[in-house]
Parts: sequence; C-alpha cells; structure tokens
Amino acid sequence: MSTLFGSSIKRREDPRLITGKGTFVDDVSLAGMVYAGILRSPYAHAKIKKIDATAARGLSGVLAVYTGADLTDALIPVPCAWNLPNADLKLPPHPHLAVEKVRYVGDGVAMVIAESRAIVRDALDLIDVDYEPLKAVVNPEAALKPGAPVLHADVAGNQAFKWVVAGGDADGAFAKAEVKVALTIKQNRLLPTAMEPRAAVASYNAGTGQLTLWATSQNPHIHRFLCSVMLKLPEHRVRIISPDVGGGFGSKIPAYADEALVAFASMKLGRPVKWTEDRSENYKATIHGRDHVQYVELCGTKAGQITGIRTTVYAGLGAYASTAGPGVPTILHGLMYSGAYTIPNIHGTIYGAYTTTTPVDAYRGAGRPEATYLIERLVDTFARELGADPVEVRRKNFIPQDKFPYTVATGITYDSGNYEGTLDKALGMLDYKGFRAEQAKALKQGRFLGVGVCTYTEICGLGPSQVAGAIGFGGGLYDSAIVRVYPTGMVRVYIGTKPHGQGEETTFAQIVADEFGYPVESVEIVSGDTDNTPQGWGTYGSRTTAVGGTAVKIAAQRVKEKAKKLAAHLLEANERDLEWKDGKFMVRGSPDKAKGFAELALMANVAWNMPAGLEPGLEATAFFDPSNFVYPFGAHLCTVEVDAETGQVKILRYIAVDDCGNVINPMIVDGQVHGGVIQGIGEALQEIAIYDDDGQLLTGTMMDYAVPKASQMPHLELARTVTPSPVNPMGVKGVGETGTIAAAATVVNAVCDALAPLGIRHIDKPLTPATVWAAIQRAKGGAA
Amino acid sequence: MPTGRITITLEVNGTPRVIAVDPRTTLLDALRECLGLTGTKKGCDHGECGACTVLLDGRRINACLTLAVMQEGHRVTTIEGLASGAALHPVQTAFLAQDAFQCGFCTPGQILSAVGCIAEGRATTRETIREGMSGNLCRCSAYPEIVEAVFLAATQPGSP
Ligand code: FES
Ligand code: FES
Repeated sequence: MSTLFGSSIKRREDPRLITGKGTFVDDVSLAGMVYAGILRSPYAHAKIKKIDATAARGLSGVLAVYTGADLTDALIPVPCAWNLPNADLKLPPHPHLAVEKVRYVGDGVAMVIAESRAIVRDALDLIDVDYEPLKAVVNPEAALKPGAPVLHADVAGNQAFKWVVAGGDADGAFAKAEVKVALTIKQNRLLPTAMEPRAAVASYNAGTGQLTLWATSQNPHIHRFLCSVMLKLPEHRVRIISPDVGGGFGSKIPAYADEALVAFASMKLGRPVKWTEDRSENYKATIHGRDHVQYVELCGTKAGQITGIRTTVYAGLGAYASTAGPGVPTILHGLMYSGAYTIPNIHGTIYGAYTTTTPVDAYRGAGRPEATYLIERLVDTFARELGADPVEVRRKNFIPQDKFPYTVATGITYDSGNYEGTLDKALGMLDYKGFRAEQAKALKQGRFLGVGVCTYTEICGLGPSQVAGAIGFGGGLYDSAIVRVYPTGMVRVYIGTKPHGQGEETTFAQIVADEFGYPVESVEIVSGDTDNTPQGWGTYGSRTTAVGGTAVKIAAQRVKEKAKKLAAHLLEANERDLEWKDGKFMVRGSPDKAKGFAELALMANVAWNMPAGLEPGLEATAFFDPSNFVYPFGAHLCTVEVDAETGQVKILRYIAVDDCGNVINPMIVDGQVHGGVIQGIGEALQEIAIYDDDGQLLTGTMMDYAVPKASQMPHLELARTVTPSPVNPMGVKGVGETGTIAAAATVVNAVCDALAPLGIRHIDKPLTPATVWAAIQRAKGGAA
Repeated sequence: MPTGRITITLEVNGTPRVIAVDPRTTLLDALRECLGLTGTKKGCDHGECGACTVLLDGRRINACLTLAVMQEGHRVTTIEGLASGAALHPVQTAFLAQDAFQCGFCTPGQILSAVGCIAEGRATTRETIREGMSGNLCRCSAYPEIVEAVFLAATQPGSP
C-alpha cells in the first residue's frame, strides 16, 4: 500500500485560510469586551518623575488606567526563562509597567482600558508623564565600557553574563599556527515582523476562578506556565488558546508584559479585554533578533587545514532579559562554532549586555545564523588568504561521512551527515567551474561577478529534556500527542506543539493516516488550546516534526497495537498470526478473516466484546523525549553581479541543497526552505533595525524596515539529499530555520568574492547599495 | 461612546449593509468590527503591507487607508465574498494549487490583490506579477509560490 509519508499532499489548513475563515486572536470578539492600550516610553532611558492620568481617567468610556505602581504587589515581574549556568547571569527585575525608570523606547508606562479602541487612543494621549531623560547606550560593546550609562542599579557595568565555550587548546593552536585570519563582524539587528501583530484577549470568570487567554503564541503551555506565575494564578485555572497564528519566527515565543497586563485587567474589571499591538508597537515592543558585535579569528595550516577558532562576542540583550534571551547567543550559538568542520581547538567568550533597546530574543535561526555566518565568513577569508578555492578548503575540513555520530570540540554530538553529498550536488547544479571561467572573463570587461558558498550544519529538534535542565532552560523539551479515535473511526490528534504556518496539520495527519491505513481527511490535528492538548513545549528551534511528530507517531502506534489485540480477539486468532495489509488486520493466509481499522474503532469504543484485560476506548498518549538534537545540513550557492557604479547587488542564481533527513511532505519542506532563504537574503541585503545614539528606533515602520517584497527576490533552485537522523524513528530532522541560517553567509560570501579583485575582504551586512558603494569607494581610494 | 456617528450604506459582497460609524473609522475597521468580516487582515494600518487589500468597485485598495464614510454607496468585495457559493474563485484555486502561503495571515490580501492585478492586465509575466504584487508583504516569504499562483490564475483558460 502506498504511503502518504513522502507525498506532497495539499495542506489541510488551506481551505479555511483561503476563504477568510481562519481565526486569529484579533478576530475573537466576546460579549461585553473592552479594549486595552499601552502607553509606551518615547525615551530610551529616563527617570519617571510623575505620571498624571487624571484627565484620562475622567474621559467618558474609560474604565481604568493602571501604572507600574498599581502592579508591584499584584504581579510577579516578567520572568526570564533561560537561567544560563556558569555565566554569572544577572536578571534584574522586569516590571510589567515601568516603575521609576524607562529603559527603552517602547517600554510600557501605563495601560488604559476603555469601551472602544478610539477611546483608548484618546485616553493614552491624555496621560501626562514627566520624564527626566538619561543617556542611552545602544551598542552592546559600548554598554560594557566603563562610564557607559547603567540601566539597572543592581547590574554593574550592564553585563548580563559572561559565558565561555572551550574545547581543545585554542591559544596553543593560534600560537603555533602558520596562517591566521581575523574579522570584525556586526550582526545586524533584525525585526521579526510577523505579519500578524501580537494580540491578546483575556476573559476571567470570577465564579470559577478560570482565566482564558487567547494569545498569539508559538508555545501555549509555556505561556500558561509563565502567565500563572506572573498573575499568581493556579496553573490549572489558566487556559491559553492560541488559534491561527500569523507567523512568529521566534517573536511569539516569549512571555511579554502585555499579555499578562491584559489578563490582569480582565481579572480586575470582570470584563473581557482585548489588546492588539499596532505595527509601530510591534517594532518597539516585540522582541528583536541578532545584534552582535563579533571579533573572530581562525587559524590553520598553509595546506588549508583549520586548526582553531577564537571569538569574542558582544551580544545585545536589550533592556531586559527576554524569555530565552540569554540562551540564544550562547547555547544556540557558541556550541555551533565547529560548523561542518573538524576544528580541534575552539574558544569563545560571549558577553551579554543590557542596552537601552527593545529586548532581543530568538528570531528565525536564533544564534545559529550568527554562528554559521562567522564561521563561513572566516573560512572564505582563510581560503582567500591561502589563495585557495573556498570550496576545496571546505572539503578538506569537512567532518567525514563515516565519522558520524561525531563529537565536535564544543562537546555536542552531531547525529548524521554527508556534507560532501550536498556540496557536490550544489556544485553540479551551478556548474561551478563554468561560472568561475565566466567570472574571470567578466572581470576582464570590468564586471564584478561572484559566487558564494556556505556549507552549514545546525542544531535543532530541541531537544533532550535532561540537556534542557543542564543548560538552564526553564522547561522540558520533550513533546506530546494524544491520538483519539472516535466510534465512527474518525481521528483527532491533540498535540503539544503549536504549528503556525509550518503545515503540521497536514504532515502530522499524514503520519497518523499512514499508520491506520486511512485517507488523510479522516485525521484532524488540534493544537493551541491548553485545555485539551497535553503538556508540550511548543514550536520553535525546528523541533515540531522531529520531537512533536515523533510523539504523534508513537501515540498512533500505541493505538494500533491496541487495535491489533482487539482484532485478534474478534477474529479468534493469535496476535502473532495477524498481519497488517491494505488498512486491515488479517489472519495470515485467510484474507477473508480481517478487521479494518474503522470497525475496530467502533468495537473498542462500544466495548461489547473486549478481550480480558483490555480497557474500552481507543486512544493513546505519548510523550517523546529525544536522546539528542538533530543536525540538518546543506550547501547553498549563490552567484551575484555587483554594479560597481551603484553598489547594487543582483543575485543571478541561488541554489539550496539541503538535507533534513527523511521528508514527510516535499511541498511543505520546499515552502519552508523558500521562506527561510528569503528571510536570510533579506538579512544579507536589506534588513536592519537602526537606533540613533539617543536610542530612538529609526526604522519604526514598514516603510523604513525593508521586509523583502515579491519584486526583490530571485528565483530559488532547490534540491535535497536524504541522510536520515538516527535520533528518532522517522529519521526526520528540522527544516524551518535552515534557509535563514545558510542564506546570509551565502550571499555575503558571494558579494565579497565579487569584490575581492578590488581588495575588499569584508563588508558588514546588510549589503545595501549605499553600503557596498561606500566600500568600493574606500577600496578604490585606498588603491589610488 | 463618542457622539456623531454617521449612518452609511455599503454594498458588501453583493449585499447592501447599513452601519453607523464614528467618522474616523477606516473601511478596514468597519469591515472587521462593525460587520464581523474578519477575513480582511490588519498588518500595519498604514498602507504599508497590503494585508487589508479589498476590491472597491472592482479595483484593489488598502482598506486601512480609506474611511468607511467615504465609501458610502460603493461596492466592496472581501475574501468572504470572492467565491461563488461552494465554487472557489480561480485565484483561490490557484493559491491552493501552488501552496502560495504558510501562516495565511497575508493571504486574503494577496488573493484580492491578485484579482485586482489580473484585472488591471498587469499579470502577464512573472516579472510583471512580482512588480504588481510588491505592495503585498508576506513575511513567511511564500513569494515564489504566490507568483506562480498568480501566473497560473492569470494564464489558465477562462481566467478572470
Ligand atoms: S493593514 Fe492596510 S496596508 Fe497594512
Ligand atoms: S503566509 Fe504568512 S505572511 Fe504570508
């Protein structure tokens, strides 16, 4: 019988989304609902001398105005949930609304609750706050310098943590190295920009003591846990419903002050309360990504063997440590310093810095793009220094295919890989040699062509819970599923992960339908409501399929095992004599003696004739805790032409060969790669969040922050190889972030390759025409 | 409640609808809040993302950039009114066929924009489609699939 696993069936979630029938949080309306709005600081750093809300409170239709002083006893400050060990981590209190001081433009100062959104806006305008501005500091390295303005009285020098990753003897390797190269890299700050802004609708029932909170969440169980802490509510009385979610990219992982504030207001006022951020709030008050200053160096032999990597990284955390903030630039970054290579000596020092900016947390890739980028830029720089082909230098340093599982110097163990395989395939698609010839010819005509290569691997499928505990992650990292079969045979699967565009309503249904010999339409996947889904940890870190999908598979297998017992009983046969064929259990050799799955579902649910010892009903729960992370990998190639007159970069071809293990639905995987690559190209060419020295966000609208558009993106050529993961029974890895992890390095490598004849070694992304043009001018000036 | 509500009639998806709105209410808010047509999305409220695209008398428009009271008597088509009964509009069918979205938040706006783009005669090549659809952002970056879907809808026999 043919399987659904591996086939590009159309997505189950599509029909409702295509007809406007999806339900996103802002679409939820409740009887008697009122609206919340949050007054946000216009200053990056200031003392609050006085807040006068008299006029706002007096406005007709205003139910309440709250300030920080009203909350200090009522709410536990916003927690950071990644308690990074061995790093002297400092977590100053993060109040829901600022008390005494504001620390970034967008910091909440007051909340208005009113009968309509228009009245909320009017009332916010009437609140008078007397600020005493203080000096801002937006650069993480500058924030740690003596004399920098101090954000938190109890964090001297703004240092949130100092974390070290080390393996081998990096200093020794550098001391005796034949070749050394160094780069200073700025990882541009990025705005995740989910198209759906964050929103929350809270409804507190004083009679039952139950809070229902519709929230834009990638991980409703984490939000339930953290909301119950912040609101001092028993966790079993908090229900989070995360319905359709319009993209997250990491920005809907954290627990924010805002959602808890809305819940607080509903509890106080006894009315349902809705809050939806507008886009400018989204840019100021929803987490940002990246923001590193990196000093990195690589050493090796003249023959091209890499012997060591050393880094000093300043990672901006923003004004407060967001939920996963401390873990992103450390665990998810520093541990990946070996990349796809056997680098015996590694040393990295990572400083986390508080700056007067919006908190920084996980944005698609989260720490891994920043690692891949620095490694891949260094490897290219090394190859250039040697006068060697960057492809050959990579090949020379790859972890060989027969060495997996392979433990790198940072101590983590890669599950499986075949790096040569993806590289060879990509080179073949491009005709690498041919392009090099074309490039040389073009150069003679004064045209600058370049090819960039990035051979990445990444850590995802987060991950073993025991490791989560050891690295200070404030939760588990297993995931879960309940497979419930109804009397008519229809199936619902309740999952602990929370897909929001990645298509698991389809791929998980494929897994279960395969197991039961069903059409995919008979299986419904339910996520997002903590009242009916089992404890899980959500969708991020490309974990949903590898971890949550495995839980689905195991639960389905358990159901099937039970069905088999019942089938044996009803067929009066020995279980051992049954075989599963064409969606039926049949007695081997007697195909007329058979029971289909739907019939068994009915018999199990009515329980008229159960074998001794077998309980009625047909459902199973599984919690799957993986033994390791998974490590997808691949080779991306990109060719560009740079217009030396204007600095404009034109991508000629972009080739992505990825290996994410076995593929359940190729169409969905392609979509994930497309999206990831385009976000990475955006990071490479045009996206940057800019603060001025006073801490004002200059890129506060979609007109200023350059989210890629249809007209700006090249055609992408995708291919795959398949190297199954040994970590889970389906052999799957993750694919949601690979594109973003690979693309920025690929594109920047290509541009630097194109401009190498001008003596340009490195240009910081984003490679806007102005930036590239300036670099060309500098290079020409230097040459003159 | 602010006083000075104005009563207007809009023809929404073929049906005349009478609503009383604060004069500041955008067409987008009128659709979403007064008429309960939440299929039209708000991604920015400033004309920067295209999520709120609807058809006004058959032409695409950002519903967040116009006031409801300005559209008295006009015809508005939203995502809820695009299909005729159970039969999807060819652009919807093409979006399904090409997997032209992920989270689906930008999708209603993309589809209405595509209908407008095709009607304007601008969807002749993939290049003109990229250009013609560039006012509709998709952060999931389903652009390759969106462009294919619009191309398919624009070029298939009996296309709109
Ligand atoms: S919501 Fe109207 S263009 Fe963004
Ligand atoms: S499908 Fe998610 S923003 Fe377009």
